[in-house]
Amino acid sequence: MPGAIYAEGLVKTFGDVRALDGVDLDVPEGTVLGLLGPNGAGKTTTVRVLTTLIQPDSGRAVVAGIDVLKHPNEVRRSIGLSGQFAAVDEYLTGRENLQMVGQLYQMKAKAAKERAGELLDRFRLSDAADRTAKTYSGGMRRRLDLAAALVVAPPVMFMDEPTTGLDPRNRQALWDVINELVAGGTTLLLTTQYLEEADHLAHDICVVDHGKVIARGTADQLKAQTGGERVEVVVQQPEMIAGARDVLARYGVAGTGHGDVSVENHIRKLTVPVTGGAKLLAEVIRDLDAVGVGIDDIGLRRPTLDDVFIYLTGHAAEREEEEENGTAGAAGKSRKDRKEKAS
Amino acid sequence: MTTLTDNVPGAPRPRGGVAQSINDSLVVTKRNLIRMSRIPEMVVFGLIQPVMFVVLFSFVFGGSMSVGGNTDPAVYREFLMAGIFAQTVTFATAGAGAGIADDMHKGLVDRFRSLPMARGAVLTGRTLADLVQTALTLVVLAIVGLLVGWRIHNGVPKALGAFALLLLLGYAFSWIGALIGLSVRTPEAATSGGLIWLFPVTFVSNAFVDPSMMADWIRPIAEWNPFSATVQACRELFGNPGVVQSDAWPMRYPVWASILYSILIVFVFRTLSVRKYRSATV
Repeated sequence: MPGAIYAEGLVKTFGDVRALDGVDLDVPEGTVLGLLGPNGAGKTTTVRVLTTLIQPDSGRAVVAGIDVLKHPNEVRRSIGLSGQFAAVDEYLTGRENLQMVGQLYQMKAKAAKERAGELLDRFRLSDAADRTAKTYSGGMRRRLDLAAALVVAPPVMFMDEPTTGLDPRNRQALWDVINELVAGGTTLLLTTQYLEEADHLAHDICVVDHGKVIARGTADQLKAQTGGERVEVVVQQPEMIAGARDVLARYGVAGTGHGDVSVENHIRKLTVPVTGGAKLLAEVIRDLDAVGVGIDDIGLRRPTLDDVFIYLTGHAAEREEEEENGTAGAAGKSRKDRKEKAS
Repeated sequence: MTTLTDNVPGAPRPRGGVAQSINDSLVVTKRNLIRMSRIPEMVVFGLIQPVMFVVLFSFVFGGSMSVGGNTDPAVYREFLMAGIFAQTVTFATAGAGAGIADDMHKGLVDRFRSLPMARGAVLTGRTLADLVQTALTLVVLAIVGLLVGWRIHNGVPKALGAFALLLLLGYAFSWIGALIGLSVRTPEAATSGGLIWLFPVTFVSNAFVDPSMMADWIRPIAEWNPFSATVQACRELFGNPGVVQSDAWPMRYPVWASILYSILIVFVFRTLSVRKYRSATV
């Protein structure tokens, strides 16, 4: 049985740009899929197809058991969308915004009003409930936007870069909300450029690049592909880098293709994949000391999804580059403007 | 802890059909009216221009204008008001266009399009809210008109009929604005794009001068201009001077012409706008 979100061979082109080039997804009910990729990878376009906002050139999508292309309005009853840009009416109060969305989900006015009150409490917006959203901080607007997506507690939620531009406290609060939703049985697809976030929240991760899913699996599976632990050393003086490299090379895991010591000269940091854990770390420190290499910092760490990403795509997640966003041409610019405002 | 998902009934099944369309449109209308009430300066600016036109045309041009051979400025002022009323209602185009472009720009249209609502409701809600604003503007403008000497001579029912025609024209033009708003990328472009073409449309007409005084080739354009039909109908219904004597059908049956033109504009531009809205991407 296909999952709560299912997509097969989604293709979408904008002019010359192949934004989606055969995306397949299958998200089991009650789980979180993290769609991870750099700007322009096709994350937002995927979300826009699955939420009925744009039609793919080809392919098939089923959300909450309903065919997205054949019955878009049925799908809309069952989904909530929280975007990258807080889509709330800034001249309406928080309460009015939520009531309006409730009524447009076809709730009765009274029920919409009650639900608005509940959500305002839950999202710590009660005090600001009757102020226009214009007066809200960025974090408050995001919370309001998320609350709007949750008015009917839809079984399937889409969040497009939900934490972009949020401060750590608001980000943590959002993570709590996501965990609560999933505990309540909601299926969630979230896009993110923050690898840490996908690691933290998602059961499964799809790495997308150039409109294709280039890897999928759990965070652990993806990390395993990149190799195991690594030792990171920051030496005291630039002249010590060469000596440290010789020492570390002796500990490097051969045969993974990643056994070489990598050096970041400007921050005097050396990294080498190893096996052997904490015991090995003590030996490395002793050896470095023996050859007179002073250590500013040393640690053993597991690969992050950043490492995975660089390994898979050959380039780091480009956060500065313009996201194509499922839009063509100059239209993208206005979104970028907003993004800058939002952050 | 359970607020988010427990005991929430979920989205009711959409009723579909006309009932849902009306309901959704009214929800969006209410939203737009609340917005207008919170940005009163927009309503005020919308009033300044027509009031300014009344004063300028009455007291600057008025003395050198001839209405059916009569050069009395007081006669011109009575003649003028129907034209100003009609021009003012067409400016609803810019408001509707800017509002919808702004909703697109801010991502609100994405929000609306992801909701199980009636397809045309976002646009209908906007045009209905603009209709309310247009009505308010007409009331203020009528008062200004009375102050400069404009009068209704054929009784209140006919005058109300004239205002109904004006509102219908304004509603029709706000659908043109809706299409412009969906077609441009910024609210600023929608405002200027919504206004520029209105100047030729409203000036190549019977609004400010008698078409018989225009060049031969432009006169039929003025007489068949949909906008002229409403102006002509208003002058007849108000009993104001300057009713154009012409064989052109819209000038002979201006009330019918005005109604037909407006309904045609609504039909064409509503169809195009709703189609465009469904595939709208910012």
